[in-house]
Amino acid sequence: MAADSTPRILPTEITPERVYERRREFLTGSLALALCAALPARAALPAWKKTTVGGGQTANSWREITSYNNFYEFGTDKEDPAKNAGSLRTRPWTVSVEGECLKPRVWDIDALTRAFPLEERIYRMRCVEGWSMVIPWLGFPLAELIRQAQPTGKARYVEFITLHDAKQMPGQRWPALDWPYVEGLRLDEATHPLTLMSVGLYGRELPNQNGAPIRLVVPWKYGFKSGKSIVKIRFVERQPISAWMAAAPREYGFYSNVNPDVDHPRWSQARERRIGEFFKRKTELFNGYSDQVARLYAGMDLKKYF
Amino acid sequence: MRRDDKGVMGDDSAGLYPADIVTYLWSRFSRYTVFLLCLLPLARLFALGLGHGLGVNPIEFVTRSLGTWTLSLLLITLAITPLRRLTGDGRWLRYRRMLGLFAFSYGVLHLTAYLWLDQFFDWMAIFKDLYKRPFITAGMAALLMLAPLALTSNDRSVRVLKRNWLRLHRLVYPAAICGVLHYYWLVKQDVTLPVIYAAVLAVLLGVRLWWRRQKQATKKAG
Repeated sequence: MAADSTPRILPTEITPERVYERRREFLTGSLALALCAALPARAALPAWKKTTVGGGQTANSWREITSYNNFYEFGTDKEDPAKNAGSLRTRPWTVSVEGECLKPRVWDIDALTRAFPLEERIYRMRCVEGWSMVIPWLGFPLAELIRQAQPTGKARYVEFITLHDAKQMPGQRWPALDWPYVEGLRLDEATHPLTLMSVGLYGRELPNQNGAPIRLVVPWKYGFKSGKSIVKIRFVERQPISAWMAAAPREYGFYSNVNPDVDHPRWSQARERRIGEFFKRKTELFNGYSDQVARLYAGMDLKKYF
Repeated sequence: MRRDDKGVMGDDSAGLYPADIVTYLWSRFSRYTVFLLCLLPLARLFALGLGHGLGVNPIEFVTRSLGTWTLSLLLITLAITPLRRLTGDGRWLRYRRMLGLFAFSYGVLHLTAYLWLDQFFDWMAIFKDLYKRPFITAGMAALLMLAPLALTSNDRSVRVLKRNWLRLHRLVYPAAICGVLHYYWLVKQDVTLPVIYAAVLAVLLGVRLWWRRQKQATKKAG
């Protein structure tokens, strides 16, 4: 009975040789899986309403929108942000709403994203350099956040401040602009229903190079007015001096509304190249949003308040 | 062929060392090498274009690249004379005409890209640009100054124009200055690269002035 004393092994229990020889791959594979599970899961975006504004426009592709950016915090070439923005940590992240308001609050980004219903808006984006895109943003109207903060009677302007951390934003090691990046709007511009706080793009979270985790979008103004990676929103009494106004006051005004009749001192603004198109197209006053926003500037000399 | 092209073979064929062969080959083929090197930036643009490597704004990419190479080749051309003086080797001169012509050719392509791809021959817009925007004016001036130099770059012109040829070709200095200004004025904010070009040009023009002063000083002393 010698044969019976050896434990019986069913053929199904024997690891096939091919699998056995790949045991190391199996081990590294399961290790990688365990690591992934251990990483803090990036909070997915809550549900959002499909296209509420701007439907019917053909949007630029994900690649176009995420590989051609002006975000000097990551370098001054258009390709730099996509290359360098990996060093930005977007969690944990807070946005401090402060200044002339009754209810200042430091918002956690995930709480902020859930506080207001998200909606998709397909907006045209016109850069001061003469190119443009159509972008399907995901966000909420800034007006809702402002309503919660309850600005006081002294609040006439809103200031937006971008993160200032040269460790995360390598472009800030170099004084291309006076850091941190500051932008501003008049209170009525900030509460205009078109003004959006964006947290996503194409139904996904904002990529870092597009201003993650939260950015401003003001579609009737040149792109630089829409501050990215915002950490502070302040209600102020006096007109803020934006980063570009400080850098070149003759070239960049506070309003910076898209206007084909008011040239940049060094180049024409009459036409623009839509990324992906061969021929240039005519630039429209207020980037084509005149019907909605022209009343904000009634009686103003747009050449003087450029 | 000019005398400096003879190389070592003509002078002394008794002892032939590997180093001599290299020198000989270089003297025979260096001009072709430089020619092909000058074509590389253009070849690169074609390759990138075929492989969708020009980014999402290819017209801007091509225009900028042609512009940077125009300026780079112009500065390399201007470096030949100082190199010859510093090394005491006249053979540097062999590449100067070709480099200058390449600089002009890239400039013409750069202008074509602007007129055609950027403005699409909208002459009203182009003329407005020319008189309203200093950077366009400077760029156009630079290229206009280079044109007669390209036209008179042949040996016949040198013979016919004699001393005037040298005088005419001094236009390359203001052309280079306009080229650098063109770049400096067009950049939105980060002027690092234009400043580097300006610094190189300042050195190249500075050594010429310095040598001229020295020459005048020795003349006076003598």
